[in-house]
Amino acid sequence: MKAAVVVFPASNCDRDAATALEYVTGRKTTMLWHRDSEVPRDIDLIVLPGGFSYGDYLRCGAMAAQSPIMKTVVERAKAGTPVAGICNGFQILAECGLLPGGFLRNAGLKFVNKPTPIKVETSQSIFTNKYEAGEIVHFQVANGEGNYFADDETVKMLEGEGRIAFRYQANPNGSTADIAGIFNETKSVLGIMPHPERNVEPIHGNTDGRRFFESLVSAVK
Amino acid sequence: MTATAPEITPEIVAEHGLSPDEYAKILQLLNRTPNLTELGVFSVMWSEHCSYKSTRVWLKTLPTTGPQVIHGPGENAGVIDIGDGDACIFKMESHNHPSFIEPYQGAATGVGGIMRDVFTMGARPVAMLNALRFGEPSHPKTKHLVSGVVAGIGGYGNCMGVPTVAGEVNFDPSYNGNILVNAMCVGLARTDKIFLSAASGIGNPVVYVGSKTGRDGIHGATMASAEFDDDSEEKRPTVQVGDPFVEKLLLEACLELMASDAIVAIQDMGAAGLTSSSAEMASKGDAGLELDLDHVPQREENMTAYEMLLSESQERMLMILKPGREAEAKAIFDKWGLDFAIIGRVTDTRHLVVKHKGQVMADLPVSALADENAPRYERPWLPTPKKPELAPAACPAPESYNETLLKMLGSADLASRRWIWEQYDSTVMNDTAQGPGGDAAVVRVHGSNKALAVTADCTPRYCLADPVEGGKQAVAETWRNVTAVGGTPLAYTDNMNFGNPQKPEIMGQFVGAVQGLKEAGLALGYPVVSGNCSLYNETNGQGIMPTPAIGGVGLLKDITRRASIPLKRWGDQIILIGETKGWLGQSIYARDVHGLKDHAPPPVDLTAEKRNGDFIRTRIEDGILDTVHDLSDGGLIVALAEMIMSSNPDDDIGSQIDLPEGVEPHAFLFGEDQARYLVALPEEASKKLLADARAAGVPAIRLGVAGGRHYRIGDLVWLDIPEMRAASEGFFPNLMAAPLN
Repeated sequence: MKAAVVVFPASNCDRDAATALEYVTGRKTTMLWHRDSEVPRDIDLIVLPGGFSYGDYLRCGAMAAQSPIMKTVVERAKAGTPVAGICNGFQILAECGLLPGGFLRNAGLKFVNKPTPIKVETSQSIFTNKYEAGEIVHFQVANGEGNYFADDETVKMLEGEGRIAFRYQANPNGSTADIAGIFNETKSVLGIMPHPERNVEPIHGNTDGRRFFESLVSAVK
Repeated sequence: MTATAPEITPEIVAEHGLSPDEYAKILQLLNRTPNLTELGVFSVMWSEHCSYKSTRVWLKTLPTTGPQVIHGPGENAGVIDIGDGDACIFKMESHNHPSFIEPYQGAATGVGGIMRDVFTMGARPVAMLNALRFGEPSHPKTKHLVSGVVAGIGGYGNCMGVPTVAGEVNFDPSYNGNILVNAMCVGLARTDKIFLSAASGIGNPVVYVGSKTGRDGIHGATMASAEFDDDSEEKRPTVQVGDPFVEKLLLEACLELMASDAIVAIQDMGAAGLTSSSAEMASKGDAGLELDLDHVPQREENMTAYEMLLSESQERMLMILKPGREAEAKAIFDKWGLDFAIIGRVTDTRHLVVKHKGQVMADLPVSALADENAPRYERPWLPTPKKPELAPAACPAPESYNETLLKMLGSADLASRRWIWEQYDSTVMNDTAQGPGGDAAVVRVHGSNKALAVTADCTPRYCLADPVEGGKQAVAETWRNVTAVGGTPLAYTDNMNFGNPQKPEIMGQFVGAVQGLKEAGLALGYPVVSGNCSLYNETNGQGIMPTPAIGGVGLLKDITRRASIPLKRWGDQIILIGETKGWLGQSIYARDVHGLKDHAPPPVDLTAEKRNGDFIRTRIEDGILDTVHDLSDGGLIVALAEMIMSSNPDDDIGSQIDLPEGVEPHAFLFGEDQARYLVALPEEASKKLLADARAAGVPAIRLGVAGGRHYRIGDLVWLDIPEMRAASEGFFPNLMAAPLN
């Protein structure tokens, strides 16, 4: 698997995503710049990392969604290239319309960083095939506007189509229906608010996130 | 110079915070009257904040050298060698006055400022710490200040993507009108890529990068050098506003340019902005600078030279580039969307010449602004009178140990700080092995198997009672905390927060604390490499407790050999290392349970400190110990409670201990004797540990065993773990959720 991580101004989990990918795949991660308009043809996973792209000004992810690279990312996603948006990356995917819903300030009105229990809703995806459905894993959450919002109809649709990937077991931010991660229609695009890349190595307290990347390795190539 | 320039009157001099004597010295140095712009430059350069005029003679006495020290005090931050070509660059700095007036922006820009001090030297910041002091919890301003300061620290640090990994918080009425917000940044660089600020190379371009200059923060450094009164809120316009987004871009752009060899010198624009940075660069390089303010990127219209020179707009840097490297540097700043402007040249005049709209607005000999000509005061001081010891009989045992312990666990100074630290991103960068809540944080050196241990500590009530012992204790506690996780302490940074130095008793506190810092640093081989002073922390004549906050840094050679607080295994033997006399003076128990505040604090035996600490560290390095907690506030009874409460909540591990014979139980349990640790390890290994301790002359006694679902001490204490946790975890959420009174 050849993975690329997009760097927006004030992305700050770009290195974390890249090193987690390298830790699991043993291959160098390609870094893409937000002003690039091309994604190399041989890239078979695109990661939109966490952070505060464009300072979270206007609305989290809103400006990043308009950047030159995202035009290409959207095209590639529609053509089937897997895309994972983590935290701010999830917000960007929602802002550019690859995923439904949007984000509000956390219900507690405060930034929250802590290890959080999360239920894997399905193992039937390129992102989750190394987990058991129903398994509880612990990922770090680190967000201030991670409160996922979708209307009832959208939630019903996501549930009906098996597109909810992860749910919080102890909702840290007020997200609708405890949603922590969702897929697009073809399950080739995933948005996830917690950070699987922060639970990869033994020093991280647990290594539950490693299988997120291993799932991709086994599914993509 | 300009036709409209006002005449310099004694009133204008006083408004600039300069004394008549200081103004006389300016006249003598210049051999003429300064204009208003020049007076403004002197006022900030000679402020207490920039010149250390009351403290320099004492700070000079501190030990600052050692084989590990690459750059001690005097640079933007201290630099130590951590082996393999790696350097650790760190410093702590206060942002007290602005944070009281505008807590969110004050704290945020404090974080931003200290980060710039570190990355201007070529380091990538990898860990943030903070030392916070607030007024009593019931004070009407406290909640507002806590909430704003914590949000500000998180708002800036989280956006920067630098983990905030450790800190400390105290509450005391003496901080009601003067909170303390001390932020520490720790960064990593290569020893052969460290950037300094001395300007050199006649004709080299002076380059301004980062945010545009506005009118914010004018005279911030002067404000930070004065007492507060009831009108301090009116100083709100002198508080700067931070933009962490721009700082993140500035960090990345600077590090990208630093990877080349285009930079001759670089200096962040912090307190006193363009004035201070250009004067320091010229002074350090023994050169001159000529600046043309017309080229300074400006956010507001019609700014005067005075305003531009004194603006404390954030997220700005000044650089000297090698000739011909401008285009290459500009391309990097363009890429990151930041302003890049050539605003002047290095000259051989040894003058700082500032032009604006074709006129010379300031022309000052750099030597007049340099350290050697800044005022320096040997202020009169009175030693702090020694306090009597507190006899255990005068501070009796509690009626109920259970109730007393629960009350203490839920008290302002001992309760869990989770409410605070969960608002900080402590795990970004993926190298945090031990985050907030440990004795020290452990942060891996990226891409290696070694790690930094970092901590911030001070016990102000000890310092108030005895500044010398308190100063020693603050340094020793950081040394102990670094040791308790398995780190070898290497050096520290100090943030000296005191009241008005013109009062002899306050100056005496400062002198005493410096004496304590010095003794501890010498005895422990633990030099100070950077620091900051914040004086005049007084409101309406009421000063704060003396608070020399110390930030300690150490190294773990192997990150897999480290220790932490939580009990890990049933059956582990609980052993107390270090001597317990049962020192109750200045203990939390004496203060909070009996209201006794006027006694001597625990003495610090630095020989015992070193011996006991070296013994512990060796055993962590050898893989014998993985469970260690230093004993500090609250004494043994609280330390063991913390080890129990932090055990895995899905599998609580309690403790069953009994007191040694012949001790006074309450003094043994609540006393705050220094140089002590609690450790827990399997029974077989514990026998050897006890034997080794005997051989090494380290006091060690077995107290009991880890296990069970309770905390039992003889027949004095019997508590459920969830009940303890509820007490400890409840304080902050309850305080912050309570309606404003």
